Amino acid sequence: MDGIVERKKHYVEVISKTDAEGRTRPLVVVWDDGTRYDIDRVLDCRQAHSLRTGGTGMRYTVRIGGRSTFLYFEGPRWFVEAKVPPTYPD
Amino acid sequence: MDTSRIILHCDMNAFYASVEQAERPELRGLPLIVGGNEELRHGIVLTASYEAKRRGVKTAMALWQARQVCPDAVIVPPRYELYRRYSHAARRIYYDYTDLVEPFGPDEAWLDLTGSIHLWDGDVRAVAADIASRVKHELGITCSIGYSWNKIFAKFGSDHDKPDGYMEVLPDNATDLVWKAPVGDLLYVGPATEHKLNHLGIMTIGQLARADESLIRRLLGKPGLVVQAFAQGRDASPVRPLDLAVTDIDHEVKSVGNGITCPFDVEDAHTARQVVWLMGESVAQRLRQLGLAARTVSATGRDFRTLACHGRQAPLERPSNITSEICSLAASLLCSDWDFRYEKIRAIGVRASNLVPATGPVQLDLEGIEAGRLRRRALDKSIDELRHRFGNHAVRRASELTDPRLSGLDPERDHFTHPVSYFA
Repeated sequence: MDGIVERKKHYVEVISKTDAEGRTRPLVVVWDDGTRYDIDRVLDCRQAHSLRTGGTGMRYTVRIGGRSTFLYFEGPRWFVEAKVPPTYPD
Repeated sequence: MDTSRIILHCDMNAFYASVEQAERPELRGLPLIVGGNEELRHGIVLTASYEAKRRGVKTAMALWQARQVCPDAVIVPPRYELYRRYSHAARRIYYDYTDLVEPFGPDEAWLDLTGSIHLWDGDVRAVAADIASRVKHELGITCSIGYSWNKIFAKFGSDHDKPDGYMEVLPDNATDLVWKAPVGDLLYVGPATEHKLNHLGIMTIGQLARADESLIRRLLGKPGLVVQAFAQGRDASPVRPLDLAVTDIDHEVKSVGNGITCPFDVEDAHTARQVVWLMGESVAQRLRQLGLAARTVSATGRDFRTLACHGRQAPLERPSNITSEICSLAASLLCSDWDFRYEKIRAIGVRASNLVPATGPVQLDLEGIEAGRLRRRALDKSIDELRHRFGNHAVRRASELTDPRLSGLDPERDHFTHPVSYFA
């Protein structure tokens, strides 16, 4: 995690599935450049506030590529706590 | 006096400022002020964060004064839609504990746990801690909770342990806690009432509770006796759950009003009339949305120099929610009361009260008055539909277009219905 100093709220495209009971499960996160990140598992789902970037919503703890991360549903949009790369002086 | 009820009062601390800080982490820890737009002359402190309050910033202070006492304060404009979302989210948490939740404005609510506390083995303190913790983790803001057997003392409890506190006001400690507090700390004892009571030497809530009934009645009238009963802890009013079918925050609409501080001082009757029409139109529109008609219309103006309010009210001939009837009566009430040679108006308000259901039989007449009203009603309905489909600005009064200063005023701003009276 070298050099990550802060995070920012970043709205993303998400492909999700909602069942007849109204339960929503995110399946794929599509990044701005079109890269698709398949969600392997949803580990947890609860209403929560994002301490790192601000905002509140249904927080999904998801596993993507072996790592767990938070994905928030702030109806009707989804956001992640995106890493802000450090800027080094020239 | 039934002291077995379990009433909690939850109050989210410095609500607007806390929400802004929850949404924007960079504002945390800074003296933050949520304030109105100064260019439109709404420049007052709506809410200040605790950091700003510690530096002397007070709610309703003018922003220029706030800047004097706290020069490095960060001032942000209000975002009502966001606050509404947080308010609803908090209420969803409360509903997990009881269905009897009575909102009191966007940031406060009473919860009656009498019937549901057995689910938590009667442990009120644990429930309160659970609610506070959930509000903190799910919304990122803190709340103070008061617990008592009545709504008034529960609110007193939440007001006296801020921020993020919990206070129990029970029969065995109420006299110690509540009665020693200044009389102004009691709900519905405002500055004017407090001044009157202080004048008689009644400085604390306890002194009000023990004061001679006839004296209080002479001084404050009937409402004084109600306030005295509050001081004694004799408040049996139930926690009234909100009826979503009626309105978002309040239970029952007692009146519908709209007011605005104009971005300029109104100097003549013609302009005053135009602003009244603008306000009155949204009042009539809301009455129609609620399916109500008003029997009384009142109009108020605020003097530009003294900031004193002058208002008059008059009954309508028949209950009405027709724009032209409400507006023309309100305009004549305001303009006949105001001498524009000497005074200008800073703020204008229109209110419709004495409400009755709009549906009902209509008595027709031979003079054709009612037929004309039916035509105007049909016109209002068409305008409402157009606005509903294409937005509020789809149909506008010609006066708004001829006077560019008025076109910026939007009477249908996003707003909360604030509680008007507890006695309702």
